Amino acid sequence: MLELKNITYTVENEQGRSLDILRDINLTVDERFVAITGPNGGGKSTLAKVIAGIITPTSGQILLDGEDITTCSITERAQKGISFAFQQPVRFKGLTVKDLITLAAGRDISISEACNFLSEVGLCAREYINREINASLSGGELKRIEIAMILARGTKLSIFDEPEAGIDLWSFNNLIRVFENMHEKLGGSILIISHQERILNIADRVIVVADGRIRTEGSREEILPDLLADGVSPCAVLTEKL
Amino acid sequence: MDKIEQNLLEQIADLHEVPQGAYNIRANGETAGRSTTENIDIVTKADKPGIDIIIKAGTKKESVHIPVLLSQTGHQEMVYNDFFVGEDADVVIVAGCGIHNGGDEESRHDGIHAFHLAPGARVRYVEKHYGSGNGNGRRVMNPTTVLDLAQNAYMEMETTQIKGVTSTKRDTRATLAAGATLIIKEKLMTHGEQVAETDFVIDLNGEDASAHVVSRSVAKDTSRQVFRSCVNGNSRCTAHTECDAIIMDDACVSAIPEVTANHLDASLIHEAAIGKIAGEQLIKLMTLGLSEKEAEEQIVSGFLK
Repeated sequence: MLELKNITYTVENEQGRSLDILRDINLTVDERFVAITGPNGGGKSTLAKVIAGIITPTSGQILLDGEDITTCSITERAQKGISFAFQQPVRFKGLTVKDLITLAAGRDISISEACNFLSEVGLCAREYINREINASLSGGELKRIEIAMILARGTKLSIFDEPEAGIDLWSFNNLIRVFENMHEKLGGSILIISHQERILNIADRVIVVADGRIRTEGSREEILPDLLADGVSPCAVLTEKL
Repeated sequence: MDKIEQNLLEQIADLHEVPQGAYNIRANGETAGRSTTENIDIVTKADKPGIDIIIKAGTKKESVHIPVLLSQTGHQEMVYNDFFVGEDADVVIVAGCGIHNGGDEESRHDGIHAFHLAPGARVRYVEKHYGSGNGNGRRVMNPTTVLDLAQNAYMEMETTQIKGVTSTKRDTRATLAAGATLIIKEKLMTHGEQVAETDFVIDLNGEDASAHVVSRSVAKDTSRQVFRSCVNGNSRCTAHTECDAIIMDDACVSAIPEVTANHLDASLIHEAAIGKIAGEQLIKLMTLGLSEKEAEEQIVSGFLK
């Protein structure tokens, strides 16, 4: 179970004035599938980075299964069971898909095991396993490899920052299936930042973050209609679909 | 051959014992072993130190190993090796130099390798340089490689220096006739106060000659690297050179490209990129549970793989 207590994150802007990115966030994640949505620039990605240890909050406390991990490094949090799929995956010259999946698994895994993770995200394993994570891979391919790494880690908390961004429509249908499957397979909790109605639709709980605050939260049945009604819909596409 | 020499041999040629096929092992200036085959002859030069390696036309699937080992501190040498590769031969040549310097005097190997590829000959040339030893003596290697590729000849050159060489000046000059192809892959890592200079001069003289040079390097500590490449397109030809370097600590890397088109249909490209390890690469690997140091090691070893 992940708990955030009174998390704030304040930065100084160019004029030297302080700017609140996160304001007093209190949040508990113990369901299987929690989605965070909200307008761009509302603080969602910052929140994910605070949980993964990439950003240190100005104040507040983060607990994982009751243990205070506020001062833990990225590495320590990863080792304690937090995984984080980046919104924009990173390219590595020289490192292959197999290398990264192996590092993610944290042990020597067989080619067939590594291939299973790739097949899971809809990539032909034979074609990708020895490819370098370089500019020859498209954004959509990288996103799927990023998700395969999270599967390989299999930790108790997996955070995905807009997994749908950069994925084409055809792949998107597959992506939904991946998350539906993951829901079944991963033992732990999934925390997913998304603008997509279909992803929000499979969440146990939906949290709306706007202007650095939790605007509202509840079951998808409670939240999704309200998103439209009060005009803070996460994106135009969602507004149309709802 | 003692333990030190065996280790050097393993490092530079992946050899645990004497190789299969033709070979010539040079240790501290002496011939420590030689073997020839029906198609590959090795002859000691009469006028200066070094050997001639003569590969008959049409020789296929054979290899030549010519490792050089230096384990006596203060040993300095200049060696001339000539490779004559016959028409349509297809061979692998493994060279390399290992210096173990346990003393305080400078050990140095300067080698001039000249390759004469007859029409249609194909060569894969692998060269590794390695240094070890706890002495204060410098370990210096200055390899010069001269490549003369006749019509439709093909040469792939992999040159690697990962560890322990105090100072190196690597000079490679190539001339390509019509239809000839040259591929060079250089991998280089310097650390401590090491200095490495690389110079490529490639003349594409014949129609449809092509050259592809990729240099990847990592400079750590206060080491310095200079990469120079000069490509002259003298006829309808294509060339691509690429220098990609990771800089760490207080190191310094220069990339100096020069491409000259002397012909309207010469198509020449040079790319150079130097930078530190991207912060997001480190962060990504740390979110997989690696420490910052482990992440750095993975990135560097992948880059030089």
